[in-house]
Amino acid sequence: MQQFIKKEILRSALCIMAGLFLTGFVVFAGDGGGAKRRPAKTTDAASQLKLPSGFSAVAVAEHFGRARHIAVAPNGVIFVKLSRLKDGKGIWRLVDTNGDGKADDSTGFGSYTGTGIAISNGYLYASSDEDVYRYKLDDKFNVVNPNEPEKIISGLLNRHEHESKSIALDGKGNIYVNIGAYSNACQMKDRTKGSPGMKPCPILDSAGGIWMFKDDKADQTYGDGTRYATGLRNVVGLDWNTATNSLFVMQHGRDQLHDLFPDMWDTKQSAELPAECMYELHKGSNCGWPYIFYDQIQHKKILAPEFGGDGKKTAGEDAQDPVAAYPGHMAPNGLLFYTGNQFPEKYKNGAFIAFHGSWNRAPEPQKGYFVVFQPFKNGKPSGEWEVFADNFSGGPEKAASGRVDYRPCGLAQGPDGSLYVTDDTKGAIWKISYRK
Amino acid sequence: MQKNIYLALTGGLLALATVLMSQTKKPAATPGGSGGAKASITRGKQVYLEQCLACHQVDALGVQGMNPPLVKTKFVLGDKKALIKIVLNGMQGVQVEGEDYHGVMAPHPDLTDQQIADVLTYVRNSFGNKATAVTVGEVKAVRATNTPPAN
Repeated sequence: MQQFIKKEILRSALCIMAGLFLTGFVVFAGDGGGAKRRPAKTTDAASQLKLPSGFSAVAVAEHFGRARHIAVAPNGVIFVKLSRLKDGKGIWRLVDTNGDGKADDSTGFGSYTGTGIAISNGYLYASSDEDVYRYKLDDKFNVVNPNEPEKIISGLLNRHEHESKSIALDGKGNIYVNIGAYSNACQMKDRTKGSPGMKPCPILDSAGGIWMFKDDKADQTYGDGTRYATGLRNVVGLDWNTATNSLFVMQHGRDQLHDLFPDMWDTKQSAELPAECMYELHKGSNCGWPYIFYDQIQHKKILAPEFGGDGKKTAGEDAQDPVAAYPGHMAPNGLLFYTGNQFPEKYKNGAFIAFHGSWNRAPEPQKGYFVVFQPFKNGKPSGEWEVFADNFSGGPEKAASGRVDYRPCGLAQGPDGSLYVTDDTKGAIWKISYRK
Repeated sequence: MQKNIYLALTGGLLALATVLMSQTKKPAATPGGSGGAKASITRGKQVYLEQCLACHQVDALGVQGMNPPLVKTKFVLGDKKALIKIVLNGMQGVQVEGEDYHGVMAPHPDLTDQQIADVLTYVRNSFGNKATAVTVGEVKAVRATNTPPAN
């Protein structure tokens, strides 16, 4: 026992010494969960990323804080949405005036925090965790009236769990908004061992799905919209696929199989399960949450344990299958279909996915913190996914502990076919380009 | 006579043990239950692994925006009654060091008084924390007057 205490003291002392030593030379491991750390110096965000041969990254910006989703206009102007205000502003317009890839002109507006941002038909759309606004853009993609946006949707549910409202537009008059379920598995008592699942799940009336609204109509709320798709626990990354003319979303799968049902799943299984799923949605789609989850190892829809499942029983005959499935808990926060001509041919019409990185794999190593490429053929995922941009974490040990340097979140495509990636811990923004 | 020698020896050993233990200087108070503070910490570590680690993480630094850190915060190092109540009643929505955390912590009324005392003593004396032990008696007293959260 005494040895244990000594070990603890020794470890703390070593940590402090190492910290004192390291801070002089390099940045001390990223944004953790709360312990105060003082970064001594800026990490070189651009050189941190590991990319396939021929690709390189420029840090457009490094310190925009909680940079969530991003939109790039046809003239290269960047808009980024922050989930924490920077200088009192929640949206920033960034311009690279001298063509070196770095933003050298930035203007903030909008006094609300949030995640969603998109450009469509001469308007900038942005979301808080309850509302969606739009701003008229001029032909140079200046915001005409930054202090008086039109509130097009309001009063969406925010119960501080899966509260971000991601948005996508189809360019044909509709905007799609994620309203995440304020729950893990629709138990009577959220995340509480032994609490049964509620059937029917009352959350699905107003959350746990994608709602469709008009993109040009003021003051809409639930009654004006349509529940476009249901049975989705939480979606952060979504994109309108112009090749298939349909909406694709990435679901954040449920947590805590082992915590809540230790007799059915061990910690290793619980780290991998369930899958983070990609779905192609159509009006009326049902993806099955909370009654089932997708097990990517058995390739089956499994009855959730809160609803009588034992880890083997299948269910969800009325729920659609994912079009692709990825390891558990990696938190897909950004989705982008690549339509540019700059990258090699294989990337065309394929999907980039920003995996924010896990927390619900402990005590197993955490995973994610990278941007994945999913090849597509004829509108369907085709072939194995691969890690495209890696090392946001700063190394395998940081990734395993979850105490990482950066966490990729938003994705956008520039007019020249470059790929933009945001980070919502420090607020780095990368522009990734390809040269033969 | 022999009995007295035994008594003296036992007393001496006890005194020695106390001196040795106090030399570790932590935790300051001796928790109730068997085995003293160090045993409580050992048992508490096991409770932490099973009940707390998944959310608060291996290093107890929590998860940004979701699960608060347990390292050097007033919630862990401060008022023990309030801390015991968090374990009994759960919690959602808290600000620690200017950061908001929204994760749902389930109530843990099923843990015994001993388990709660042990895990809190462990957390208050690990990860760089240093604070007095939480005793079974303290947990018992809080539980007796605690109003559990509504169903």
